[in-house]
Amino acid sequence: MRLVREARFRLMKDLVLPAALKAREGRRRPGKGDPLFGPPLKCGAELKRIMARHYALAKYAKGARPVAYVTSGAPVELLRPLGFYTLYPENHSALCGARKVGERIALHAEARGFSPDLCSYARIDLGHAFSGESPAGDLPAPDLLFCTTNICQTVLYWFKALAHHHRVPLVVLDTPYLHGGQDEGPALRYFRDQMVEVVPRLERIARRDFDESRFLAALESSRRASLLWGKVLETLKARPAPLTIFDAFVHLMPVVSLRGLPVCERYYEGLLAEAEERVRKGVAAVPGERFRLLWDNIAIWFALGSLARLFARAGAVPVAATYTHAWAETVQDLDGKDPFGALSRAYGRIFLNRDLAHRRNLLLTLAREYAVDGVVFHSARSCKPYSIGQYDMRGLLEGELPLRTVVLEADMADGRVWSQAQAETRLEAFFESLER
Amino acid sequence: MDLFAGVDVGSQAAKAVVLDGEGRVVGRALLDTGPDFPGSARRALEEALARAGAGAEALRVLVGTGYGRASVAGAHRVVTEITCHARGVGWLFPQARLLLDVGGQDSKAIRLGPGGKVEGFAMNDKCAAGTGKFLSVLAQSLRTGVEGLGPAGLRAAKELHLSSTCTVFAESEVISLLSRGESVPDVAHAVHMAMARRLQGLVRQAGLREPAVFTGGGALNADLVRSVEGLLGIRFEIPEEPAFTGALGAALLAREMARGPLTP
Repeated sequence: MRLVREARFRLMKDLVLPAALKAREGRRRPGKGDPLFGPPLKCGAELKRIMARHYALAKYAKGARPVAYVTSGAPVELLRPLGFYTLYPENHSALCGARKVGERIALHAEARGFSPDLCSYARIDLGHAFSGESPAGDLPAPDLLFCTTNICQTVLYWFKALAHHHRVPLVVLDTPYLHGGQDEGPALRYFRDQMVEVVPRLERIARRDFDESRFLAALESSRRASLLWGKVLETLKARPAPLTIFDAFVHLMPVVSLRGLPVCERYYEGLLAEAEERVRKGVAAVPGERFRLLWDNIAIWFALGSLARLFARAGAVPVAATYTHAWAETVQDLDGKDPFGALSRAYGRIFLNRDLAHRRNLLLTLAREYAVDGVVFHSARSCKPYSIGQYDMRGLLEGELPLRTVVLEADMADGRVWSQAQAETRLEAFFESLER
Repeated sequence: MDLFAGVDVGSQAAKAVVLDGEGRVVGRALLDTGPDFPGSARRALEEALARAGAGAEALRVLVGTGYGRASVAGAHRVVTEITCHARGVGWLFPQARLLLDVGGQDSKAIRLGPGGKVEGFAMNDKCAAGTGKFLSVLAQSLRTGVEGLGPAGLRAAKELHLSSTCTVFAESEVISLLSRGESVPDVAHAVHMAMARRLQGLVRQAGLREPAVFTGGGALNADLVRSVEGLLGIRFEIPEEPAFTGALGAALLAREMARGPLTP
């Protein structure tokens, strides 16, 4: 049975879905270019193909491959040699937000008593689990839930609820918060030991042996993708910037959810080549670039398009973000000499797992390196660990650098907290204050 | 004569200020906004021009501001009320470094630089508790009218506690205090203290400093101003016409577009 499913999976992956997506693209009429923006990125079409295929194929993975739901900060490289088909609930919730169906899907979770004050990603994902509703079509139930607490503590309880609902095993890798000035050694060793210990369990769930060479290949692939992604972000140092952070929010998807797979590396080779070419030719993402900005926190997915236009009208170009930078900060440190140790360092040291002093330094470094005029702090109502400390960060940055800051109250995926008129007034006033 | 005008279309009132080439206020008007934003913006401008003894032909530059800024017909430029309030206050009080504006729909604390430039700001815009709306809702329960709330609060004899978290729930608290036999002045003062606690947070977010100016409809309420001053330990300057600073700032920007900056 598994062989039949495997054959069907391969057929869909290599022949049917690519052909179907190509046919769909042929039918799509090209949109009119918006004069506020430069020419659209050619890689955009490839990104759409990759992500559409990833979600469409998920349905056929069930039975052919073990399916894992994974948190964004988890060492997915452990799952790659075991052939897991991986889905990222956070990425799926972001997609629901961008398609403006987040609230509707979250209501299925709220109806079961999950508080509207909980993380909107969690509510959307649980709402999807309870209802099956998704803009990405039919998604398979997981065989494994794979969770790391380095991004927040909510994921632990969220994945516990998923485990209870789906009746499947939950693997939690506990990553103690790293406080500056303390020896990181014990915390990272503790994280490393858990990864070593969990491999036999993953083998049992996948019914396959852990292949060391495939593991090392996945590690190398992640490292390369992360390096390439970092180089893509560095092209935004150019004036004019060849793409904006709003573009990067979208082109971030593969490094989040396809990390450790060849398709991910290939994608960023293409994107980097295109970004570098734009820099060489002086192609601007926003032809009227006047101000350069740093963005803090996750994207506001449901308002991404309207924000991009609002910013572009004022010539304000976000050129750096702590969020997009997160996948280029530590994953590139993955080396094969001590693979488990390298994983513990790469995933233990992500900035959401480090103290506010580290975050302050990160913000200052990005602000300086990308020569920004101001910082937009998105205070995400339902993402507390990312939003905490922003008012202090704001004061610290203003004290150190001659820049202006603004706090935008919103959420990554729940549009109910959003008020367009108020956001416009705040941002327009902020842009006006940048005119000196 | 060349004239320059600013029209500030707020949620409650449309305000217009007309300046001459020297930056002197030669006409102004304030009207209820109502549902017809473009109409009230136009009427406010016409009335202010009439007070200046001029017609539309004398108008050189027009700047629109306020939540209804997009509805000011014929505006040469549209600027947010944050920039305009700061500019207006910087003109009236060149030394001012902090501005607290309590309007109908939002409250804002603005850190000012020289010339009324905005250095930073904090806004209360997700909740009515802390805006003029809070006062108008509670004035209804107390039957004092918005104008009567301040004088009533000044006559308070004791401190009562009122929650500052939600306008709707504060209203039910007010009703329960009244039914317990508490006096209208004492409850009115409790309303101002609840709001002052909110505004205090806003000011501290923007950065507490002096000299400070209080504007917007809220500045007309002496007990509210006194309550905020008490909590922050500072004194506020209040313009003679605190509702007009946004329109004044817009008019100054209009004049600046044609003639360059003017020093007070």
